[in-house]
Amino acid sequence: MTTSPSQPAVEIRDLHKSFGPLEVLKGIDFEVGHGEVVCVIGPSGSGKSTLLRCVNLLEEPTAGRIWVNGTEMTDPDVEIDAVRRGIGMVFQSFNLFPHLTVLDNLTIAQRRVLRRGRAEAERVARANLDRVGLSDKAAAFPAQLSGGQQQRVAIARSLSMDPELMLFDEPTSALDPELVGDVLTVMRKLAEDGMTMMVVTHEMAFARDVADRVVFMDGGVVVEQGPPDEVLGAPRHERTRSFLSRVLDPTHVAQLGRPGETAEPPEAPGLPADDRHQL
Amino acid sequence: MKLRRRQRERLSLWLQYLAFVAVIAVVVLAADWGRLREAFFRVDIIESMFPTVITVALRNTILYTLGAFAFGLVFGTILALMRLSRVAPYRWVATAYIELFRGLPALLVLFLVGYGIPIAFPEREIPGGVFGSIAIGLGLTAAAYMAETIRAGIQAVPKGQMEAARTLGMSHFTAMRTIVIPQAFRIVIPPLTNELILLTKDSSLAYVLGVTAQTIEVTKFGRDTLNDRVNATPLLVAGLTYLVITLPLSQVVRRLELRYAKAR
Repeated sequence: MTTSPSQPAVEIRDLHKSFGPLEVLKGIDFEVGHGEVVCVIGPSGSGKSTLLRCVNLLEEPTAGRIWVNGTEMTDPDVEIDAVRRGIGMVFQSFNLFPHLTVLDNLTIAQRRVLRRGRAEAERVARANLDRVGLSDKAAAFPAQLSGGQQQRVAIARSLSMDPELMLFDEPTSALDPELVGDVLTVMRKLAEDGMTMMVVTHEMAFARDVADRVVFMDGGVVVEQGPPDEVLGAPRHERTRSFLSRVLDPTHVAQLGRPGETAEPPEAPGLPADDRHQL
Repeated sequence: MKLRRRQRERLSLWLQYLAFVAVIAVVVLAADWGRLREAFFRVDIIESMFPTVITVALRNTILYTLGAFAFGLVFGTILALMRLSRVAPYRWVATAYIELFRGLPALLVLFLVGYGIPIAFPEREIPGGVFGSIAIGLGLTAAAYMAETIRAGIQAVPKGQMEAARTLGMSHFTAMRTIVIPQAFRIVIPPLTNELILLTKDSSLAYVLGVTAQTIEVTKFGRDTLNDRVNATPLLVAGLTYLVITLPLSQVVRRLELRYAKAR
């Protein structure tokens, strides 16, 4: 895979995705530069996970084109297994292989896909376990680890394939609150090391501190994007504002959905009536 | 007089014990133990059956069972993968096969294999002779059952496992072989062990292929001895011999199921 500096790490043009009659992505145009960290935020059902899963073709786009590091993913003849080697992915539910030890989780794809020898694969695996702070867990089975540890192993598993791009699909959403920090710390370190990252997340603090760019999606379109200060600090769009007020002040806005309740959220005075149904 | 709750419960419990003991007492007292022993427990006949019942009959029963199980497992796995295939004709063939062979008596299939194949291919022989015929004959039926079990096991492995494997660059085939199928087999070990127990008993159908003194298995050996001695003792010996195999197997299944309940 050749990577020319002129091409972005990820380029998406007019991406559409439907599940049966339901159109989830309604024309996305989007780029991620090399070494850039992009956080995608938005309400559930906004299509942000689907967008991420389209990037490595876990979901087949209905229309539109996607390039990753200059390779067109939407080319019907793309060598998908070869391209995916360069794209790491971390799932909300970890998806570690429960029948393998932590070390084997990290070596199996190196050996079967990259054809690395056992010694080489284990050396890479241990280096990456060390990177996520779990070098003492090599012999453990996934079920013996906490959720936070499992997710860090999952990150190390992806890193063992030396990816050029990492996709994170709500990596902390399934974790107990006190375990979120460890995973975010690993991700922050990864960002500082210059990894290109596309992160779907609800962690606004992470987006604000680590992201180079924040993308707000709603209803299958990109509503607005820009530096975190702008999108999170001074959103231009009504939908972004109402989403942020719901995320950042959930107890207040939760009352809105009650029948007979007429109060408008102070943060979003002009909330249109049709948007209120989605609350 | 009205009984209190605890008294009522105690009374009910005692009545149940009493009924149980009464039934057993009637059976024990009414049976003619002398004649029973004469018909089913002649020590001299039991002694005469050893060691052949173990060295030949039990050994052959185990061999036939394992042969049929191995054939059924391999073929059943292929059928399961065909049922899940993207190639529609594979799915049709596998579904038709499973429906057909689950509906046919194992005896009939064994008969068709044992006598049908030699007629169809006169110049060829089934490898392994009687052993091969039994392994294939019983395995064909077992494969139909195992295919459904294995398919269910594969589908019970969470979708995320395949996604994670594909994301790491594995092909569908490699992901199936190294990630999904190993997990599926852990899930289906208990039902497959049940299949093994059923096959152990089905191996008694080998007699339709005309077994010899060397290829005889437990049930046929019991019946032959019964005919020789005009006494039913050999049936008791044969029955107990099966239990030597099936009881430990049942225990293994129970253990595995327990371990599984803990892991999930």
